[in-house]
This record gives sequence, structure tokens and C-alpha cells, in this order.
Amino acid sequence: MEITIQEFKHCDLIKVKGRVDSSTAPDFSKALEKANDNGHYKLAVDMSELEYMSSAGFRALLGSQRNCKRYNRGELVLVSVPERIREALELAGFTELFKTFDDSIAAVGSF
Amino acid sequence: MSNITFPAKFDLLDEIREFVAKAAREGGFSEKAIYSLQLAADEAASNIIEHAYEGISNANIDISCDMQGETLVITMRDTGKPFDPSKVKQPNLKADLSDRQIGGLGVYLMRKLMDEVSYVSNSKTGNLLTMTKRRG
Repeated sequence: MEITIQEFKHCDLIKVKGRVDSSTAPDFSKALEKANDNGHYKLAVDMSELEYMSSAGFRALLGSQRNCKRYNRGELVLVSVPERIREALELAGFTELFKTFDDSIAAVGSF
Repeated sequence: MSNITFPAKFDLLDEIREFVAKAAREGGFSEKAIYSLQLAADEAASNIIEHAYEGISNANIDISCDMQGETLVITMRDTGKPFDPSKVKQPNLKADLSDRQIGGLGVYLMRKLMDEVSYVSNSKTGNLLTMTKRRG
């Protein structure tokens, strides 16, 4: 797993590549928490190069979404979710908890 | 039938998924089904490491994959505490963000992704999880 963060004026674009499972999810969680620690609660998570995500990754997203949405201060949105990951998110009933965008420009522009 | 023993560590999940993918590919499963099988195996192994072997560092998981006709049978054996996935309460998938339960999701996915998930716990031989999926 590899994470890169781009800070825009109105949101952070967090790109997560590779595989997120119980081994790597803690680092993914930390990256999301760090954005919050910096006072950034509008996050777009770019999944275009994500190959795999287990429920450990879903939990990281859920925890971050709770933190971002608290006090109406922001939101975490998903970008370019690969089909198989989207299917698993749907199975877990997670798709209704996150807005999704087809590309990062649309996601960044939504904030 | 192929079987292998993995150290019960999260770092090995990549290899566990690969082991299952190889058996599924040889068994003629589609790439979409292989992803599902990998996810189910990952969730099962993660639960064993996290719950059955909670606080235990040098433990193993024996995993086997066996094509029986058109059905792939995956077994995972551990010697940890009994952890019965069939007893895990189903998460409420309609709950609001604030009420969503963090736990139970892995087991729920295993049940959804596989045709059958069964579990036997024995004080002498340990826990045996069996999951099956028929080639679509």
C-alpha cells in the first residue's frame, strides 16, 4: 500500500494505491487521522489504483467519515472506486455512507 | 488438494490470498469470483489472527484448498480460542453513520461471498472453518 496526499484549497486528495487489508489498514487509518489532526475534514480518497480492500479498510473509511462529518465540518468522499471494491462496499452496505465521484477533479470541485 | 501452513500474522495475508487465488484459478473460477474468494479467505484468516489467536504471537493457520467437482472447499484450522463465525451477530447495514457497528462485517462478508460457511471447535484438534463456493 502506498499513500500520497495532495492538499487543495478546499480539500485533501488522498490517493491510496495497492492493497489495504488488516496488515496495511492501520497505516491507512493513520493517514486519514493525520489529515484531521491538521484541521482538514474535507477528504477525497482516490481509489483509482487500489487493487484490493478488505473490511479492515472499510472500517478505516467508516471511522474517518464519522470524524469528518462531526459538527458538520466536512465529509469523506470516494473517487474512482474499482468495480470489485465497489461491489464489496455495496455488499457491506457502505455505498450509501459515502458520496462517490468518477474522477478526482469532480470530487475536489464538489467541496 | 493443496495445503499449507502460514504463521498467523497479518503480514502473511497477501500470501494467503495468493494461495487461494491460485487454487481458484486452477479450478476454473472467473477473476470476479477469485476476488470474492480472496476476500472471504482474508476475512476468515484476519478473524483467526485477531480473535482466536488474540494475544498469541507464534501461532499457525493450516489452510487447504480442494476442488470437489465444481466446488472449491477452503478449510482453515487453528489451535486458538474458539471463534465461531456463525455466532457473530449480523451487522445492521441500514444503520446511520453514527450507529454503524464496526465489528461483524468480516463474517458477514464471508457468508455473503461464499455458498457455505461452517465451523467446528474441538478442544483436542482446535478449530476448523470450512467454506465452500461453487463455480458459477
